[in-house]
Amino acid sequence: MATKTHRVLPGFGLALGYTLVYLSILILLPLGGMVLKASELGFGQIMDIALGERSLAAFRVTFGASLLAAAVNAFFGLIVAWILVRYSFPGKRFVDALVDLPFALPTAVAGITLATLYAGNGWLGQYIEPLGFKIAYTPSGIVVALIFITLPFVVRTLQPVIEDIEMEVEEAAATLGASRWQTFSRVIFPSIFPALLTGFALAFSRALGEYGSVIFIAGNLPLISEITPLLIISKLEQYDVLGATALAVVMLVLSFILLLTVNMLQWWTANRYKNNEPLELAAAKAAGGVS
Amino acid sequence: MPQFRKSISGLLMALVASAALADATLLNASYDVARDVYKDFNPMFQKYWKQKTGEAIELKQSHGGSTKQVRAVADGLEADVVTMNQSNDIEFLADKGLVAKDWAKKFPNNASPYTSTMVFIVRKGNPKAIKDWNDLAASGMQVIIPHPKNTGNGRNTYLSAWAWALKQPGGNDKAAQEFVGKLLKNAPLFAAGGRDATTTFMQRKMGDVLITFESEAEMIAKEFGKGEFEVVIPSLTMQTEFPVALVEKVVDKKGTRKQAQAYLEYLWSKEGQENAAQNYLRPRDAELLKKYAHFFPPVKTFTVDEVFGGANKAFAAHFKDGGSFDQIYLSK
Repeated sequence: MATKTHRVLPGFGLALGYTLVYLSILILLPLGGMVLKASELGFGQIMDIALGERSLAAFRVTFGASLLAAAVNAFFGLIVAWILVRYSFPGKRFVDALVDLPFALPTAVAGITLATLYAGNGWLGQYIEPLGFKIAYTPSGIVVALIFITLPFVVRTLQPVIEDIEMEVEEAAATLGASRWQTFSRVIFPSIFPALLTGFALAFSRALGEYGSVIFIAGNLPLISEITPLLIISKLEQYDVLGATALAVVMLVLSFILLLTVNMLQWWTANRYKNNEPLELAAAKAAGGVS
Repeated sequence: MPQFRKSISGLLMALVASAALADATLLNASYDVARDVYKDFNPMFQKYWKQKTGEAIELKQSHGGSTKQVRAVADGLEADVVTMNQSNDIEFLADKGLVAKDWAKKFPNNASPYTSTMVFIVRKGNPKAIKDWNDLAASGMQVIIPHPKNTGNGRNTYLSAWAWALKQPGGNDKAAQEFVGKLLKNAPLFAAGGRDATTTFMQRKMGDVLITFESEAEMIAKEFGKGEFEVVIPSLTMQTEFPVALVEKVVDKKGTRKQAQAYLEYLWSKEGQENAAQNYLRPRDAELLKKYAHFFPPVKTFTVDEVFGGANKAFAAHFKDGGSFDQIYLSK
């Protein structure tokens, strides 16, 4: 495959040029401008802003809540996606459409609704709070809002991949003597794992930047439930555009590192499972046929 | 959601209005809850201006968070006039050279056509017997306020409590900071904005007291019913101003100085003042203040200029990073 290949579609140069220009205008230009603006401050000053007590607390809350929300969605989103693809039940199309609602709803509406629902006198809050769990106006509230906002990412990423798994593979594993758990853990899971990682990464990065829904349920107490985007707004409120960009750049760099890690992990697992080990072989392995 | 309906009808009105032929167009960049005030005021001015000069004038409104609005104007939103709820926002435009340096002297009353004050909203029957600021700092009290660092409403509350503490026997900055710290500890959350705080207090039934603009109390009565709460006026509170200014650069470029000037001056006319009063904002006109005395009980107020030496100074001392608000939280 190393030799020059003839491409089926012409116009590679044009398409690549278009892609680069498009991405530059849409992504690189605004982000570059941001970095340029932040560079008016020295590296030391940026670090001072990022390592302040309040900023550090906000980073902890933001990254912690986002990771937790993405993890919860990776688990439950997988179940939802699996059920939506593999089973048919009355109202399936309706449920399928429900999954996209968090995309369409203005985030502030989501935040206000969730706060009302989980507040001490809300439909859910009135039963949860007597048990000793406070959700609205605590960091848990942030996680709840982020889970709501990011659910579609995991489900929509997984659905087509699960659809692509042929029933025959499962049947083959079964005929070769694999138990149900073996079939899932050694045949199905490896083939959807890269997509699960992508969904997780998308959900995570979306959660990091979320502002509109979170501020209505977080409580916004300094050092406890302030998220980084709120600190950025706080800086803008002080007309401190430079400070705001500094925080934004730090957040961008941290997210980029995390996303890169996830991408590499995904690339690594995809290579390991997809290229080296066709599903049929995995099925046989799972059943103990090939060691 | 009557607010939502209002904004839809506002949008429709704006569309209809822009379809009509106009000799001049003015854009008024304003703060969020000013919608009600200018919705009634604009048609009044159009009528007045038509009678006076025969000119049909088109009026457009842009509403948003006060600080966001002035930033938009600084970034090129071509507003002829700005009508805000914090003077440091207009100061910002003055610093950028868009508004005259002495904008506060260009119109009477510190360029603020009407005022409001910060009051307490308590539950029906005032079960916790809340009378003054010191009650809010008592242990076991829950206080609902918007974020003091990020919202104008929250900042006014913070400064009111500070000013009250300063005026107590032996009051100084240190004692005031301690007092405000105690008060803030009683806040189970900082709401995202004024209306969010109201929802938290009235609908989610959190807290013993909500601190907000006097003008908001009437909005709450409309929304949740008059019998649901009581208004308590503390012994000293802030007179909040709503400053207005001409955006010099824009009016010169568009040639709308004459109209814009008249538009703002009309806020001080009998009609303009009465409209403010009907929206529960205290008019500057003494006669009208008397006429609407049932809305506006007497209250002892201070201005930010008197106690803090100006809005900019107050902001720098208390709400900039490292200011007194940060000190309260970060010293722990």
